[in-house]
Amino acid sequence: MNAEAIQTAVKADDKPYFDAPSKMSAKNVSVFYGEKRAIDDVSIEIPQRYVTAFIGPSGCGKSTFLRTLNRMNDTIASARVEGDILLDGEDIYKSGMDVVQLRARVGMVFQKPNPFPKSIYENIAYGPKIHGITGSKAELDEIVEQSLRRAGLWDEVKDRLNDSGTALSGGQQQRLCIARAIAVDPEVILMDEPCSALDPIATARIEELIDELRGRYAIVIVTHSMQQAARVSQRTAFFHLGKIVEYGKTSDIFTNPREERTKDYITGRYG
Amino acid sequence: MSPAILLLLAFGLSLFGWLAARSRAWAFRKAAPGTRLHSLPNFHGWYVALWIGVPALLFAVLWNAISPMLITSHVMADPAASLLPGFGFERETMLAEARAVAEGRAFGVFNEEAQGLVAPYRAAITLYDSIGLVVTILVAFAGGAFAFLRLKPDFTARTRVERAVMGLLLIASLVAILTTIGIIVSLVFETVRFFGMVSPLDFLFGTHWSPDPMSSGTPDGADYGAIPLFWGTIYIGAIIAMIVAIPLGLMSAIFLTQYASNGVRKVMKPLLEILAGVPTVVYGYFAALTVAPMVRDAAQAIGISSASTESAVAAGLVMGVMIIPFVSSMADDSIAAVPQAMRDGSLAMGATTSETIRKVLIPAALPGIVAGVMLAVSRAIGETMIVVMAAGASANLTANPFESMTTVTFQIVAMLTGEGSFDHPATLSAFALGMVLFLVTLTLNFIALRVVKRYREAYE
Repeated sequence: MNAEAIQTAVKADDKPYFDAPSKMSAKNVSVFYGEKRAIDDVSIEIPQRYVTAFIGPSGCGKSTFLRTLNRMNDTIASARVEGDILLDGEDIYKSGMDVVQLRARVGMVFQKPNPFPKSIYENIAYGPKIHGITGSKAELDEIVEQSLRRAGLWDEVKDRLNDSGTALSGGQQQRLCIARAIAVDPEVILMDEPCSALDPIATARIEELIDELRGRYAIVIVTHSMQQAARVSQRTAFFHLGKIVEYGKTSDIFTNPREERTKDYITGRYG
Repeated sequence: MSPAILLLLAFGLSLFGWLAARSRAWAFRKAAPGTRLHSLPNFHGWYVALWIGVPALLFAVLWNAISPMLITSHVMADPAASLLPGFGFERETMLAEARAVAEGRAFGVFNEEAQGLVAPYRAAITLYDSIGLVVTILVAFAGGAFAFLRLKPDFTARTRVERAVMGLLLIASLVAILTTIGIIVSLVFETVRFFGMVSPLDFLFGTHWSPDPMSSGTPDGADYGAIPLFWGTIYIGAIIAMIVAIPLGLMSAIFLTQYASNGVRKVMKPLLEILAGVPTVVYGYFAALTVAPMVRDAAQAIGISSASTESAVAAGLVMGVMIIPFVSSMADDSIAAVPQAMRDGSLAMGATTSETIRKVLIPAALPGIVAGVMLAVSRAIGETMIVVMAAGASANLTANPFESMTTVTFQIVAMLTGEGSFDHPATLSAFALGMVLFLVTLTLNFIALRVVKRYREAYE
């Protein structure tokens, strides 16, 4: 499917959500921390070039599930994943899967902005350098500029690329982290509550940015804010107690939920 | 009167005051039921006890310091004292002898003249001890009465006692600082005396070190060139030891923080830290008896015939092992202090663990690592036992690590434990060396603390 066709599909939002081509899919995934089951038999299709939001009360497992999508849970010794997670039909947990390659294709933005204590330029160039995307300085400059432009940060930092990334404001740092993730040209971008540490203006700027990036990447965003999910996403999954209660078009979830629990959560009756 | 008895007396009186004041405070309450005391009865007790104990103790300490002088001058007034030699060494000896007999520490006198002084001494000691005892008791009672009479239901005993506690804590914290200042002052004093005999330029830039504590007459400035000592210190402590300690310490810190499982870490980290608790004398044995012969044999095997049993490399190697825990525990702390978010951020970009360590963690933790290395260097160059046992005493200015070398600390020990008098430049040179060493380690520690402080602010 070409880009225009996908854009049309997005706009013609009356189609059932499963019509969109799937980028990642999870089949009967369970995640354990030691003996504790954090995710219980979750299956979901994550569509290409859409924004998918995971909502749910704290501790429902939405961040845990997000982190299984690029195997960031590998860094936690006690974590164990069962089931299949496919990226373009390929099991990312199969033996022999290269985690380095996987994470280059599935990038991640964290809750708290975490720029490296290096210059703005070095923050963006970090990924392309470790993946050997380019060796030439000119090309690297090009990638840095393009990534910063896409993240909407270029005009603010173009004159001080050598300043430390940690000297930027919180909202700018988070856009720097998004630019850093874009720089390795990923296919999927995972965002774990990317606005929870930001003020409303910076949040609005990030939401705009997510909207601009949609159509180029598959984006999965975990959020505590239902308004944010409603504003930026086309698909929404409601997690509760480690299970997906309901998954569907964002407009359906928010206006016409099928499940009573979803309705209670959306209307603020609990969670 | 022995100080121990005065001390016991002061404590006993204080305890008595404490009990009396406390029951008085209870009595206030009983006399007028419903009155609220400003402070709990215990605070009234402490207030009076402090007023009894502190002045009495201060007086006892003061009396202990001045009474020997008073006793001596009292004895001098006795006719028997006119038989003593006019002044000098003999006179002092006789006085000391008479005093020892009077106090019952000796049974008889060696010099006949001293015999006549025993009785006056005995009388004087009894007199001044009684005066001391009586005045101490008087001071205690005066303080106690003053405090006891101030007790009222609304007396602010609590705030006053708290203030006294604060004063005590302040004094405790000043002890270490004042001691340091005292050390500096005494070092400066003796160093100035040394530089009155030997030019500072000869000392700091001379390349020949062979002081002779037994020589007489004017010293030869050329014998006090400390460059070979400085070189030996830096070569052993800051170069050879660091070549061992920095890579090993850093790598073990990286292994422990990034690769080791929890179980391994739980066992290995304490084991590593035990290294820091081994007495340096034990490292000294190890260096002298095990490492040094091995180094010599190895050097001779590869054709270095000049290799001696005492060598810079043996001392440096063992010293390096000794300071591994310093480097590794500082590096460990500062790597662990790099936020997990940095690590996650790098891993999420698809960096491998080793790329993350090299490109993100180490640069972020570098200030802490540098500070750890500096503390380790200052520890190494101040280290004495290992070099005394393994490095040797000859002040060679050479870059050959298999030759015997000496360090500043070794020479300080050598100069001060000899039989030279304290007027001789050889003995005084120990203070000048100590001064240099002190200034260098002080600077290193200062820089290290500054670096650590700046680094802490970066993540908060």
